Amino acid sequence: MMHIKHEAEERHVLTVTVDNEAGILAKIAGLFTARGYNIDSLTVADITENHSVSRITIVTHGPPSQIDQIHAQLERLVPVHKVVDLTERGPFVQRELALIKVAGMGEKRVEALRIAGVFRAKPVDTSTSSFIFELTGAPDKIDTFVAIMRELGLVEVGRTGVVGMIRGAGEA
Amino acid sequence: MSEERSGANILVESLVKQGVEFVFGYPGGAVLPIYDALFGEERIRHILVRHEAGAAHAAEGYARSTGKPGVVLVTSGPGATNAVTGIADAFLDSIPLVVITGQVPTALIGSDAFQEADTVGISRHCTKHNYLVKDPADLAAIVDEAFQIATTGRPGPVLIDIPKDVQIAMAAWHGGPAQRRQRYAPRTQGAIEEIEDAVAMIAAAKAPVFYTGGGVINSGPRATALLRELQAKTGAPVTSTLMGLGAFPADSTDWLGMLGMHGTYEANMTMNQSDLIICVGARFDDRVTGRLDAFAPNSKKIHIDIDRSSINKTVPVDLPIIGDCAEVLQQILDVWGDRKPQDLTAWKDRIDTWRQKKSLSFPDNRDAIMPQLAIQRLFALTKPKDPIISTEVGQHQMWAAQHFHFFSPNKWLTSGGLGTMGYGLPAAIGAQLGNPDSLVIDIAGDASIQMNIQELGTATQYRLPVKIFILNNEWMGMVRQWQELTYESRYSNSYSDSLPDFVKLAEAYGWKGIRITRESELDDGIQAMMDYPGPVIVDCCVHNEANCFPMIPSGASHTEMILYGDSVAGTMDDEAKALV
Ligand SMILES: Cc1ncc(C[n+]2csc(CCOP(=O)(O)OP(=O)(O)O)c2C)c(N)n1
Repeated sequence: MMHIKHEAEERHVLTVTVDNEAGILAKIAGLFTARGYNIDSLTVADITENHSVSRITIVTHGPPSQIDQIHAQLERLVPVHKVVDLTERGPFVQRELALIKVAGMGEKRVEALRIAGVFRAKPVDTSTSSFIFELTGAPDKIDTFVAIMRELGLVEVGRTGVVGMIRGAGEA
Repeated sequence: MSEERSGANILVESLVKQGVEFVFGYPGGAVLPIYDALFGEERIRHILVRHEAGAAHAAEGYARSTGKPGVVLVTSGPGATNAVTGIADAFLDSIPLVVITGQVPTALIGSDAFQEADTVGISRHCTKHNYLVKDPADLAAIVDEAFQIATTGRPGPVLIDIPKDVQIAMAAWHGGPAQRRQRYAPRTQGAIEEIEDAVAMIAAAKAPVFYTGGGVINSGPRATALLRELQAKTGAPVTSTLMGLGAFPADSTDWLGMLGMHGTYEANMTMNQSDLIICVGARFDDRVTGRLDAFAPNSKKIHIDIDRSSINKTVPVDLPIIGDCAEVLQQILDVWGDRKPQDLTAWKDRIDTWRQKKSLSFPDNRDAIMPQLAIQRLFALTKPKDPIISTEVGQHQMWAAQHFHFFSPNKWLTSGGLGTMGYGLPAAIGAQLGNPDSLVIDIAGDASIQMNIQELGTATQYRLPVKIFILNNEWMGMVRQWQELTYESRYSNSYSDSLPDFVKLAEAYGWKGIRITRESELDDGIQAMMDYPGPVIVDCCVHNEANCFPMIPSGASHTEMILYGDSVAGTMDDEAKALV
């Protein structure tokens, strides 16, 4: 009898600088599916004045040998200029933006607003029975906030996924 | 002086500038403008195949045997999808191809137009890079970059998808050098500390072995020459993957034969017992390593490879050196100077005891021709002509790798990575075009040859004297062998039923057909094949149930090889069955 085995895994944040050309996102996302790698989040936007270069932040998890392969496989793509494993390079900042809709009346509504204050979440839409909070922070901060809101009338969550950058003056 | 030309015209001019001699192709609606531009074009010869997979494999055969990139031209939709197998094959074996596909007009892309396929999407993961051209003004630079990408670094196929309107529209053409983007610059040399470490490791090794692969061939003849030079200085024995055969001469006393699943006992034992493996342009493929945790457990490993993603992919190595094989071998030779290696006498004596196993031997048979014997005779009789050999996929391929011997690179064309049945005939056609004076033989199986049998017509049309030598065992022999060894001889759908009469088939296409049924006819038949100036099919009827040994069963280690005469019929546990 045969069973599928699993190895110990690590979470890594990678930034990938690429030529902003048609199909590049499909190439990268497809590389992950084709080779069986995980994508926890992926963000992308162009970062140069003439829109020719984009920066992608990918959060992935896997065994260390696989993370190394992901790095190497990404570098192999012709439109990829640079891959930085922030987790490996460390220390780094990671931020994510979330919109969190909470509906409720009375005490729950007051409590939601109070906790939002503690987390520095900003109400960006208000009705008599709901709020949308905007929250920026590291992913675990957002996780915690969302977990609390779940008990206070959580309706919907939208998250951007992580962008990350190496701390200090230098470029990664 | 700048003038306006059509996209199709710019494409053709750009191909001429790249020195393209042949385009392997098949026309259709979405490439008619390019075909029109090729009409009467004398600088490029278009080779009309009979199926687009044939075009891609023929281009591979041309590339592999000449060291130049192969060029393919096919129409949109089914033309492109038919070519995909050959593109994927070139991707896994790192063969430089530039594949040009027609596409429906830009305005119709995404509308499920007639003969529309998402060619760029489909080929994304089996090309090194691909393009959808949106403006003829970009074409010259794209073609220029495509050739650079296909032929440098780790070679591979690059696809250029050109919508029909882009082929027709006009753009400026100045005829000067194309303004290629400067973004692809693979690293070719190792760092000096790495080279020094490598030299120290080789100089200290008491039981070293060179494990070489297709990268040595891809790097070019210089890599082959330098490998031989370094081997002569260090004295280490040499084994090779399927893809690397020919880089080291098979008549050297330090040649161990091929390693891996159907490699020799001495090659696999030498790897297993070595204290240092010097891997040059090979990638620790699963056919080579067998069970990973038992692969060369006590050896240090140096890995020279142009592709950083090949490093530590399956086997962790002690010293990776990223660079071109020739460059890095030259660097190692420079640092080696006139150093002396360790005394390897004891090591070579041990290797000799493994050689004594005579792992390639096979039993005599009075009633039927043993397929191994047929290959041995084919080798012996054709050797003076230094032939180019292509193969299909199966037992015959492994027997050819074991019993045919190679002395120089670019003589051995086989589908290693993808293992594509139907590769051999078109590859032989491409090789014959690139090497008009060579004897080119496709060693085939009765099942594989039917996968691109239509290419017989291509050889006829261009008067190419290619030979096909079928080891006809009336089975998909390799499948039958696995079923015998792992599924208690339940021969599910592996019998080659309703085979055509290959001699008559040859004649129907204007080829010569020769049938060999007895050992006594073998030499005469082979001689007649060689003497005939045109294309020949030899239907060599061999023992139906011969198996290919030695063999490392899937999931086993190098020390658990099965040799001829070991009794092995039976089954396997599910873990082993699940391995490819
Ligand atoms: C396109 C393709 N389909 C299926 C296979 C699986 N396969 C590997 S070997 C083989 C049998 C080949 O039979 P034959 O050409 O007669 O060669 P033999 O093994 O008998 O020498 C098959 C079906 C393959 N390699 N390629």
